[in-house]
Amino acid sequence: MAHKVSFKDKDMQVVIGWVLRLGVIVSMCIVFIGGMIFLWRHGREVADHHTFTGIPEFIRTAGGIFHGIITIRGRAIIQFGIALLIATPILRVIFATIGFALEKDRLYVFISLLVLAIIFASMIGGHAG
Amino acid sequence: MSVLIFTLIILAGSYFAGLIGSLTGLGGGFVIIPLLTLLLHVDIHYAIGASLVSVIATSSGSAAAYVREGITNMRIGMFLEIATTAGAMTGAILAAYIPTNFIAILLGVILIFSAIMSLRKKVEHVLQQKSEWAEKLKLNGSYPGPDGTVNYSVTHVGGGFAMMLFAGILSGLLGVGSGALKVLAMDSIMRIPFKVSTTTSNFMIGVTAAASAVVYFQRGYIDPGISMPVVIGVLIGALSGSKILVKTQSSGWLRWVFAVVVLFLAGQMIYNGILGRI
Repeated sequence: MAHKVSFKDKDMQVVIGWVLRLGVIVSMCIVFIGGMIFLWRHGREVADHHTFTGIPEFIRTAGGIFHGIITIRGRAIIQFGIALLIATPILRVIFATIGFALEKDRLYVFISLLVLAIIFASMIGGHAG
Repeated sequence: MSVLIFTLIILAGSYFAGLIGSLTGLGGGFVIIPLLTLLLHVDIHYAIGASLVSVIATSSGSAAAYVREGITNMRIGMFLEIATTAGAMTGAILAAYIPTNFIAILLGVILIFSAIMSLRKKVEHVLQQKSEWAEKLKLNGSYPGPDGTVNYSVTHVGGGFAMMLFAGILSGLLGVGSGALKVLAMDSIMRIPFKVSTTTSNFMIGVTAAASAVVYFQRGYIDPGISMPVVIGVLIGALSGSKILVKTQSSGWLRWVFAVVVLFLAGQMIYNGILGRI
């Protein structure tokens, strides 16, 4: 029995390793492509980041980012890549939850769901603030 | 300064931040925030947002390699992530209400602490005595050592959990991985073997940073123009750092040189913070 459990833990480790690796590779490629488009369009403009004014209006919302991607706007594509990168460790928690469920480890399914709930609360809280 | 030059300077700086962060084990965030704020006069909120994104990239990238070796304890990681994510959420929300110069001073203080921690001698200890809570939470584990599987036990679960909450708050507030505090909680308080502490800490950093990054993202603190060169530069820098670490034995003098650089940056953050220039 103990042997069987450790075998499944090993499976989970391989899957999670791949989730993390793919998440980083894919999101970094998207950020890079977006960066190239951004520099091509805005590279010669004057940079000003001295004062905090927040990011441009067109990438403030999910809809805005989506519209920006379709119209090939560099910063929208970068922002999409960054969102994907932020989602990578969250996806890792989701996969771990599934893994613990397959192992029938109820305690750790609960703990993983609690972590997901906190991150979700953070999303809501961030929006409100 | 044109956007292109600005981007290239950040890219080069982030590369060195990632390299130094990886070689010292401090992480790229600690170097990138002083670089952006002190040298390029970027607003500290943007710097923290960009740093958080780079922290997620480096942590996830290296965790992918470690987790497959079977040293990372996923149960310890998941359990303590309750504390770090809750802390990170709190820290990120607090960041909007705390004066920026206070954030700068705090970053300097934590930076000094982390630099000292990184110079500390690493003693591998394996605990065998059983603790009731560790048993209940199935935290005790094993890892592949040079002479076969090493079994270890975990103690002071409550203390470790509290320390992780604190580490999470700092991570959310300052935009760093606060790996040194995580290792302190696991290594010194919970008596987890050093190898397991460092890899599990690294595993947790990504989720912790993500919990506060969602807040920064929605607040508009993550600027694509700054985050793009930072995340690419830090990640490539960290990758070259790990390649160098594999080739050369960790040389003592190199660590000291970096510690001095880091202490200088920390001093600058505190000095400028006190003067209210940040």
